[in-house]
Amino acid sequence: MRILLTLLTKEFKQIFRNKVMIPIIFVVPVVQMILLTYAASLEMKGIQMVVVDQDLSQASRLLVSGFSGSPFFDLVHSTTSYPEAESMLTSDRADVILHIQNDFEKRLYVEQQTDLQFIINAINATEAGLINAYSTQIVQEYNSQIRAEWFGLNDSGGMKLEIKPSYWYNPLLDYKIYMFTGILVILVTLIGMILTALNLVREKEMGTTEQINVTPIRKYQFIVAKLLPFWIIALFELAFGLLVGKLLYDLPMVGSLGLLFLFTCVYILVVLGIGLFLSTISNTQQQLMFVVFFFMLTFILMSGVFTPAESMPNWAQKINLVNPAAYFMRVIRMILLKGSEFRDISREFFSLLVYAILILSLAVTNYRKTT
Amino acid sequence: MNRFFGFVKKEFQHIFRDKRTLLILFGLPIVMIVLFGYVVTTEISDVEVGIWDRSMDQTSIQATQKIFSSGYFVPAGYLEREEEIGELFHSGNAKVVVVFEAGFEKNLKRDNRASIRLITDASDANSAQLAQTYLQGVLMSYFQSINQDVRLPWTVNVESRMYYNEELKGVYMFVPGLMALILMLISALMTSVTITREKEFGTMELLLASPLKPREIILGKVTPYVFLSFVNALTIILLGFLVFKVPVVGSIWLLLLVCMLYITLALSLGVLISTSAKTQQVAMFMSLLGLMLPTILLSGFIFPIDNMPRILQWLTHIMPPRWFIVIVKNIMLKGTGLAHIWKESLILLGMTLFFILAAVKRFNIRLK
Repeated sequence: MRILLTLLTKEFKQIFRNKVMIPIIFVVPVVQMILLTYAASLEMKGIQMVVVDQDLSQASRLLVSGFSGSPFFDLVHSTTSYPEAESMLTSDRADVILHIQNDFEKRLYVEQQTDLQFIINAINATEAGLINAYSTQIVQEYNSQIRAEWFGLNDSGGMKLEIKPSYWYNPLLDYKIYMFTGILVILVTLIGMILTALNLVREKEMGTTEQINVTPIRKYQFIVAKLLPFWIIALFELAFGLLVGKLLYDLPMVGSLGLLFLFTCVYILVVLGIGLFLSTISNTQQQLMFVVFFFMLTFILMSGVFTPAESMPNWAQKINLVNPAAYFMRVIRMILLKGSEFRDISREFFSLLVYAILILSLAVTNYRKTT
Repeated sequence: MNRFFGFVKKEFQHIFRDKRTLLILFGLPIVMIVLFGYVVTTEISDVEVGIWDRSMDQTSIQATQKIFSSGYFVPAGYLEREEEIGELFHSGNAKVVVVFEAGFEKNLKRDNRASIRLITDASDANSAQLAQTYLQGVLMSYFQSINQDVRLPWTVNVESRMYYNEELKGVYMFVPGLMALILMLISALMTSVTITREKEFGTMELLLASPLKPREIILGKVTPYVFLSFVNALTIILLGFLVFKVPVVGSIWLLLLVCMLYITLALSLGVLISTSAKTQQVAMFMSLLGLMLPTILLSGFIFPIDNMPRILQWLTHIMPPRWFIVIVKNIMLKGTGLAHIWKESLILLGMTLFFILAAVKRFNIRLK
């Protein structure tokens, strides 16, 4: 026990002596939490629209005013030349072109139906889909407006379906909160995995592990002394992150914080286990960094940080069974945002517990004092 | 010159000897493109929907069938009480609950109107909104099909054309971003770490004392990574084309030329980082935090720049990947030529020169 305490003191001293550590623990998370949360917004703002109105009639003007009145659209330019509008689309100065041809109003009167085109820059497919939906909706409103006001047709002829949406837990559809919880997961994982693994391999690369190996220190003592400090730092990081979230974004904490920390304790064990395991199979820091980077990126992208894990293909969901970040990502949001209780997350909790035992035993067996 | 080639050969051997890193170097682009192509999509599929049908008549049952046959939704359970909605959301087993009011069909026949409530678990605001919009679309089109006999005059037909990406594939957005990310990772991160490693181990001293000139040392260190990055750029373009049918509409030569420019820029950044980092750990964290995060976040790779707050938008201007992604999108997807990309290319060129000058100025041949 005394050996262990001495070792722990040594590890803590070593960690905090390193000048890079303090910024990594305190500054980087804050920057990340601010930058990521604001940058990572998928909310649509101001769709830039160019209007090519070649008709310049009463009907076309009314349609255009429907768009200029919408909060979703910014009319950046108005012209009668289609090539000019197209060049704006090409040079990214516009997202969508509204093209009204010169017989728009005439056909509406004569043929009782008329056409108009939207040309959408669809490189970002999701955005293009939304632009299309918003535009079509405005045209539909315009259509019933002219039917009723110009032609006196009562639109409520057919059956009408009322759809009332309601949004639970987040009625204002604030995306920041969701993103923020995801960033907390990244933070805890990053600290747990990278720092542990780097620390271990650095000793190996420098040859100082060998010096430890010839001392009477036992394997378990060495491993505990190496892992425990980062376990504490990662837990601290979560508390720190929650505090920042509360102060900056008024992060809701509906569920029990105790439950969240209990779950995190187990989660960090898994992450440390993976870090330890990766360090046993690498010889240099450079090698390790690449392996860790690869795993981190894959874990995090697949965990559902930006997009819901449930809509991923089946094979990806199977892979997610061994992705600890996917469990944590799901649980942290369930507890903080929805107030889920232990019975709701018990499956995730016990899965991770088994995972922790397995990966730690694998890593410890793989770690050798002698080479 | 012979001396220089010998040095480059040694560097290549260093890299190729480490099989694991090599595997990741070449495997990374493949895994990433598969991840972004299939996994990290914002498309809706298999969203779990709970149904609370308080009416249980023919129309509501048919509407339910329509929802689940649309391909976007799977049933998460049939509820009978209000409280079950909360329980379903708490356990995370459903995203949306559809509530048909009591007497749904009767109301529809008698008053010509009936209502459906769509309750969404909006803790994930983005996918909640998406699922809601899709459900609404499915229900609307079902009711339109019942209503079909009523044909309205004075109709404005809308025709939408999706430019550059007719099938609305999500991967179009990611291929340019992945190139920016992976080239930056390999070029900047790897060079900064290898050069710092020599410093940390003291072998830099040996190299400096050799007849090799300092600039030969740096060039020799950098050359293998030019080659590796270039192979990776080709892999991404090829994979995008073969697996996801992402075309190269513009000139492939121009595209490769711009890739070379970007690789040079990333390499000079890597050298610059190595001149100020003393240990590999510092170099790694500087590259990871200073380059990786901005490349992912502030370049328009995943998150559109237009949606960001003003300050961040302004900040994106000093991020090289931002300009590179614009160029790649223009050449690959829009098929534009130099006329549309000269400004961005000049910015990249200017940045490259700046980094090289700064690196040369800071490079110290004397060790303290």
